[in-house]
Amino acid sequence: MQASDIAASGPAAFQKSRLEAARPRYGERVIYYLLAACAAVSVVTTTAIVISLLIPSLEFFGEVSPADFFFGTDWSPTFEPASFGVLPIVVGTLSVTFWSLLFAIPIGLGAAIYLSEYAGRRTRKVVKPILEVLAGVPTVAFGFFALAVITPAVQSVWPGFLGDGPGIFNVLAGGLAIGLLIVPIIASVSEDAMTAVPGGLREGAYAMGATKMKVATRVVFPAALSGIVASIILAASRAIGETMVVLLAVGNTPNLTFNPTEAIQAMTAFIATVATGDIGTGTITYKTVFAVALLLFAMTLVMNLLSIRLVRKYREVYE
Amino acid sequence: METDLTEERADERATARRPDAQLDNPAIAVSPDHFQRPGPPNMKEKVFELEGISVSYGDNLAVKDVSMDIHQGEVTALIGPSGCGKSTLIRCLNRMNDLVPSASVEGRLLYHGEDLYGPKVDPVQVRKLIGMVFQKPNPFPKSIYDNIAFGPRILGMKGDMDEIVEKALRGAALWDEVKDRLDTNAFGMSGGQQQRLCIARCIAVEPDVILMDEPCSALDPISTGKIEDLMMEMKRDFSIVIVTHNMQQAARVSDRTAFLMVELDATEQNRWGRLVEYDDTEKIFTNPSSARTEDYVSGKVG
Amino acid sequence: MSDQFDPRSARARIAVAGAKSVTAGVLSDQPRKDVVRNTLFASVLFFAIAIALVALAWLVTDALIEGAPRLNADLFTNSSSSLPLDAGLKGAIIGTAWIMAFVALFIVPIGIGAALFLEEYANKESRLARAVEVNIQNLAAVPSIIYGLLGLAFIARGPLDLGFVVLTASITLALLVLPIVILVAREAIRSVPPSIREGSLALGATQWQTIRRQVLPAAIPGIATGVILALSRAIGETAPLLPLGAATFLTTDPSGPFSSFTAMPLVIFNWVKQPQEEFQVLAAAGIIVLILMVVVMNSFAIYLRNRFEQRW
Repeated sequence: MQASDIAASGPAAFQKSRLEAARPRYGERVIYYLLAACAAVSVVTTTAIVISLLIPSLEFFGEVSPADFFFGTDWSPTFEPASFGVLPIVVGTLSVTFWSLLFAIPIGLGAAIYLSEYAGRRTRKVVKPILEVLAGVPTVAFGFFALAVITPAVQSVWPGFLGDGPGIFNVLAGGLAIGLLIVPIIASVSEDAMTAVPGGLREGAYAMGATKMKVATRVVFPAALSGIVASIILAASRAIGETMVVLLAVGNTPNLTFNPTEAIQAMTAFIATVATGDIGTGTITYKTVFAVALLLFAMTLVMNLLSIRLVRKYREVYE
Repeated sequence: METDLTEERADERATARRPDAQLDNPAIAVSPDHFQRPGPPNMKEKVFELEGISVSYGDNLAVKDVSMDIHQGEVTALIGPSGCGKSTLIRCLNRMNDLVPSASVEGRLLYHGEDLYGPKVDPVQVRKLIGMVFQKPNPFPKSIYDNIAFGPRILGMKGDMDEIVEKALRGAALWDEVKDRLDTNAFGMSGGQQQRLCIARCIAVEPDVILMDEPCSALDPISTGKIEDLMMEMKRDFSIVIVTHNMQQAARVSDRTAFLMVELDATEQNRWGRLVEYDDTEKIFTNPSSARTEDYVSGKVG
Repeated sequence: MSDQFDPRSARARIAVAGAKSVTAGVLSDQPRKDVVRNTLFASVLFFAIAIALVALAWLVTDALIEGAPRLNADLFTNSSSSLPLDAGLKGAIIGTAWIMAFVALFIVPIGIGAALFLEEYANKESRLARAVEVNIQNLAAVPSIIYGLLGLAFIARGPLDLGFVVLTASITLALLVLPIVILVAREAIRSVPPSIREGSLALGATQWQTIRRQVLPAAIPGIATGVILALSRAIGETAPLLPLGAATFLTTDPSGPFSSFTAMPLVIFNWVKQPQEEFQVLAAAGIIVLILMVVVMNSFAIYLRNRFEQRW
């Protein structure tokens, strides 16, 4: 048989070209769709969250005017007569978040700078796992710590000239506990940003005779700034969304104040307290819970998107 | 019989001896007429027939208008400086370019007379028939035995697996070295052994053609020599196409050699590869028709 | 984003600013002040870390000391009760075990499936792939209580209408920790070099054969680490379970996916809320047990990764 003969007879003479599949591969197609479905679960989840928050909220704003909600200062939605001014619980959340950041930022950044610029291998081997343990401690433990340890400690060292000390439930204890909780977020994202700064920039500065402190503060820190800011925003978002610590240590009474010694109610605490299995779908209470949840979701979403953009920005510059 | 061959050769030489007036536009020594001429009865069967093959990645042309025939039972070498598209070209032959989303292939590529890029063609089937050995040895993180057995197992080959593995390892001149440690991890072998393992892996699925993309460039000279000897043996059962930028290797092992060169466009921003000359290896290296080929094989340019 | 933002000029600007600032500093400062300042700075940084470590140690030690009286066998053999002396973690541990079993059942196939899709099948530039990635990043940062509301609206009631049972808690927690599994699984899959895939495909294997027999086996240690980390996170989560009608007092221990459920962090939470001092002691003991579980799981995950990781 010559080449030309084979070419001439070709597929017509044989049943099938030897280049065709032995049998059609349906399995590959099926697998593709199965895996795509798994990936789509995340999209479905987000959609479900948005829908579950949006529908009752829209109904809520049908009954309560947005102006009353966003600018009112009396939060008593479960009482008669009900009042839906959300400011007290928003301020409560922000107040706790403020104190948590006040504690966490210096500690977290200090840890990050130390790990990135100073620490030797042995120190890292000790410090990093401990930060990871800190990140893994369940939040109910932090709540207990705030209530059982921090509050009594603060009460006992409270200087008289500052007025009355904190009560059993107070913003400060919750803020400090949440601060400890979010230290690993600031530390790890900032450290990431700092180690991404190219060694060349550091070496150039050292070559000019700069000390480690100068390099850390005037070269690395500014260069990593967008990542550092991202870490703080991420930590703040985490603090805003924290539930157990505020439930256990900060109280459950709406209170429009910035005084850290007083007890307040945070948005998450309100949601957790009221949204038990008992509330009926469609009641005003139900809708109120979801309206507050929508506000919470919107706040954290904006912050997360912002921090993602900032992280992407510093990655672009250095990678 | 003899006369027919000589006639064929004479015709080739005639077309190749065309004046190099097209030096500025690198001459393609293989005339387009070549393809329409039916082969004489004892001509070796053509495994691949490339007609005007051009490959682009997105908007970037990588290889332009290559036409050549690759024959059964021969070692065909693709040589040329880096960037001339040799790897791109060889990856068309087993449709590995399909894995790159932006790659597109134009022209006709026939495999034993059938269109390799035909609508009903299954790339997976293609790769069973046309195997590939890569530049950097890539053994699987499994035992030597499982490396070889992987192909036959997934293809559902019948027969005693132990025999299949032994046959493949013998075919790659590796059996004696590893027969006592078939269960050990392949990563424990030296570079040269790993590459021979990859060759054995390829042989085990009994392909028709074996493509080799610079198989020795990551290896030491002794391993290289072993693999070159292996190729001479393998020629009996497989057709081999080898990309190499070691000219001497091409001269040592191949029957026919194709020389590709980089061509730039007017703005010098875009570059692609073109086939300059394709002929018997002896001729390419001793008496090439194109001055560009001569410059390259004599080392004047590279 | 990059139309006004050129990375190269940003890099250059930062480098110049840094150099300027350092030069100014070097030229203007006196050497002796420097040494003092530097040691002070380093100490401040170290002090910062020390505060965090001390605080963690304080937390754990306090729980240990306070909970010591109840860290005995009773803790594990008693179930819920309104009398502190009769209360224990047994029902809670069984509940947690049931919930985690189903969480694992969900996150393993879906997490691996999503990771495989994103890494092996999807065109990375496509709209679907980008949408999925953005979604996963956002879901990772949604407050956990909101997952609880999702569970209440859609799983306990709504379309799935499962009621307040173990399965509801499992699905809710699975959705919460899925992003962790997907992230870690993707990294594990990505770390398998492309040359392995090429070698397999060049032999005539299909894409799924390559994934199933080469990529996945090599990525399993990394994926297992991710699953364990996700489970250890899920074990400590309380907030998402609050809206899901967990039973405060169970008469019988949970026995299947459709039982009423309780979980360790929930029981501990309830104990903390009780006024009696004895319940505080119980809570502390429970916290120690919970922290121990989390630490053991995380250490095991790290051990797995170090021991079985494929080094290429």
